[in-house]
Amino acid sequence: MSSRWLGAWPAIPALLLLFVFFLYPVVRMLGFSIEGGTLDWYTKALGESLYLQVFWNTFEIAFWVTLICLLLGYPLGFLLATTTPGWATVGFIFVLLPLWTSVLVRTYAWMVLLGRNGVFNRMMLEAGLISDPVPMLNNFSGVLIGMVHVLLPYMVLPIYGAVRRVDPALVSAAEGLGASNSRIFRRVYLPLTLPGIFAGSVIVFVLSLGFFITPALLGGGRVVMLAVMIEQQIHQTLNWPFAAALSAVLLVFTLAVYAAAQRFTRSADA
Amino acid sequence: MSRRALVVACTAIYIFLMLPLLVVFPISLSSAAYMQFPPPGFSWQWYERYLDDPQWIDATVRSLYVAVATAILALALGVPLAFSLVRGKFPGRWLVDRIALAPLIVPTIIVSVAVYGLFAKLKLIGEWYGLVIAHTVLALPFVVLVMSAGLRDFDRALEQAAEGLGASRARTLLKITLPLLRPSLVSAGLLAFISSFDELVVALFLAGPNMTLPKKMFDNILMEIDPTIAAVSVMQILLVSVVLILIGRFGRGLSNSAR
Amino acid sequence: MATRPTGLKAADLKVSGLQKRYGDVVALDGVSLDIASGELLTILGPSGSGKTTLLKVVAGFEKPDAGDVRIDGADITALPPARRDIGMVFQHYALFPHLTVRANVAFPLEMRNVPRAEIDKRVSETLQLVELGGYEQRLPKQLSGGQQQRVALARAIVFNPRLLLLDEPFGALDRKLRETMQLEVRRLQRRLGLTTIFITHDQEEALVLSDRIAVMNKGRIQQVATTTEIYERPANDFVADFVGESNIFHGTVTEPGVVSLEGGRRLFANHSGKVGQRMGVLMRPERFGRGTNVFAGEVKEAVYLGVSFKLRIACDDGLELIVRQPARGPLPAPGTRVNVAIEPEDIHVF
Repeated sequence: MSSRWLGAWPAIPALLLLFVFFLYPVVRMLGFSIEGGTLDWYTKALGESLYLQVFWNTFEIAFWVTLICLLLGYPLGFLLATTTPGWATVGFIFVLLPLWTSVLVRTYAWMVLLGRNGVFNRMMLEAGLISDPVPMLNNFSGVLIGMVHVLLPYMVLPIYGAVRRVDPALVSAAEGLGASNSRIFRRVYLPLTLPGIFAGSVIVFVLSLGFFITPALLGGGRVVMLAVMIEQQIHQTLNWPFAAALSAVLLVFTLAVYAAAQRFTRSADA
Repeated sequence: MSRRALVVACTAIYIFLMLPLLVVFPISLSSAAYMQFPPPGFSWQWYERYLDDPQWIDATVRSLYVAVATAILALALGVPLAFSLVRGKFPGRWLVDRIALAPLIVPTIIVSVAVYGLFAKLKLIGEWYGLVIAHTVLALPFVVLVMSAGLRDFDRALEQAAEGLGASRARTLLKITLPLLRPSLVSAGLLAFISSFDELVVALFLAGPNMTLPKKMFDNILMEIDPTIAAVSVMQILLVSVVLILIGRFGRGLSNSAR
Repeated sequence: MATRPTGLKAADLKVSGLQKRYGDVVALDGVSLDIASGELLTILGPSGSGKTTLLKVVAGFEKPDAGDVRIDGADITALPPARRDIGMVFQHYALFPHLTVRANVAFPLEMRNVPRAEIDKRVSETLQLVELGGYEQRLPKQLSGGQQQRVALARAIVFNPRLLLLDEPFGALDRKLRETMQLEVRRLQRRLGLTTIFITHDQEEALVLSDRIAVMNKGRIQQVATTTEIYERPANDFVADFVGESNIFHGTVTEPGVVSLEGGRRLFANHSGKVGQRMGVLMRPERFGRGTNVFAGEVKEAVYLGVSFKLRIACDDGLELIVRQPARGPLPAPGTRVNVAIEPEDIHVF
């Protein structure tokens, strides 16, 4: 075997699988969207206000989910990275347990908690805080809560990694030079953990864009995200070309965010 | 922000993270037919209903063997792939790397719809092995990530030592390399298993009339919310806990692979 | 007393014309060496000198671009490492962490399908030899650095290799332990009559251990000679500078027995050069004492080293010398005027 292809052959079976059952079907499906050589389906997707609203919903939700995940994920990642190894292990278990629990189970649990007759409403009613159940499900906030819960670990892990990489000597040096805790945070930790913040945000944002289960169940048909729309086109209206066009748009958005993130990271490294 | 404020804030965040996992426990043991909280009384009825319902059992069994087959196939394909990516030197390796991780980036809904289109044509809808193939595509990146991390930390002097001491390539792989990579293999296999066992979106499209556990749960949640779901959820949470304990005990630390 | 393993088959090694490039970097640039059966040869060089590449080529982990490796005259250049019968001790030992001490040492025998009873016998004999009897069931991480080293050594010799390679094996040990292990390795190697190549960047270690030393730099062998020869009669600037402390100057032969240095100073020295020839001059710091060549100067720096004083002297004729003197009396203060001298036969001209 030529040394040019050193160690290449073990990749072949997996590549074969990926080509036949991943790349080919995706390309094939995207082809449906321009069947007959027209861009009509794209004009429809990007032109009609009904669908533009879905795009807008998707972005808006992804944005808020990312922001909330960042606000909750940073303290958690920071604490995990700076606490004793024993506490860190315990802390990790409670981050990883939800991460690996079925999204379905968690979404169901939020329905139990947030529903009209759910735990929260009952407790508040009984405590006399409210006289009528507060709607927390089948709306924007319900979807937001459910998605933040699912995606939070994806923010915590990269931030944890970034904080761990900060050299403790830098913190000691800053302390020795007279910096207060909040200054140490702003001048040392924050700038040095920016890559982690960035990585976590990109992951959460991109995963949000393609989210299906949580909006499908917690949105109650009123908060429609792109993935839910695609599923409806296949299962309900059987409109393959339009589903393909929507998929193409979703894919382009997703890859564009990744590409932009990679370019940004690279130029930041240089 | 002081340390104490940080701890208080994180405690609140942990409550937010754990609350949904905890709330299903009391509900699954409720004596009420409708969702009531706190439960009016104690009962095993929802677990009994799950165990007595052939549909639930059937879906669980199907999910289990699909997940096992997925884990095996994903390891069989993903481990050699990881070897290639970490140790190989060949043109286009970066491209192979991208392709291997692409299923993680491309939204699952797109993969599902695309594979659904192909499988409908090939008449593979409803076949368990069709599901295995699609789940393997999704599980492959996990295997590659975990195994690559393990391989990069592997001290190759150990392999050279074995070869220098008279072991053939194959024997070195079997007696030295794979045994030492066992923690990574355990983690990768269990992650692939869980990722398939919990997978809904692909199953929604490919399972056809044959239910998997997540699909059965999804349908039930849409139709009627009765605490059987809570009982199933409790069992799933327990299963995941067991798997995480196994990974912690025999696998390579998840926090290491995450970085 | 432990017996020496049976069926000893130490061999001689001959490498010739080895070339190896990694991209633009030339790691081996025409290396040839002969090592006699039972000899311990040290390859000494700074990092990046190509010594590790040479070792890897001999062990079979790297294929040379040109040249060949012969054991007992047989060409093994194309042979995979597993079939070379070469024992090797790695830099960080490369003990298999998942195998016990016994299983580590038994490994090469199992690979050779040696019968079980024979394996048991030879493993325990070899562990006795390295004084590790009773540690069979431990895992490597339960051993100290010195013990790990012994296991690595046992594993490398248990199968009676034709050649033993030691790749900077003492680097991770502290000084005391390192000295003990060096002597022990030397003792074992002599007793077993093993042809051995030892790689190090530590010149002191090389002087202690070797029969002969090959000094390497920039992918080439600079000099191969006995330890005394290397120290007393280095072949060039690099060897003179790398091995031991040295004062090196350059000059021209102006008449028989005299070398005139750049800057004008005339030195009486024993040499065989012709008049007009350019030559290097080496004066070891510890060779100064009484002598024909006298240098007057001023102490610039003085360090107390226990056994000796180390002085940096700026001579009136412009030379700067490093001189070692027995540590007697008070340490000369900087600025003190001193005279130092050296005999012509203590000056090496090359």
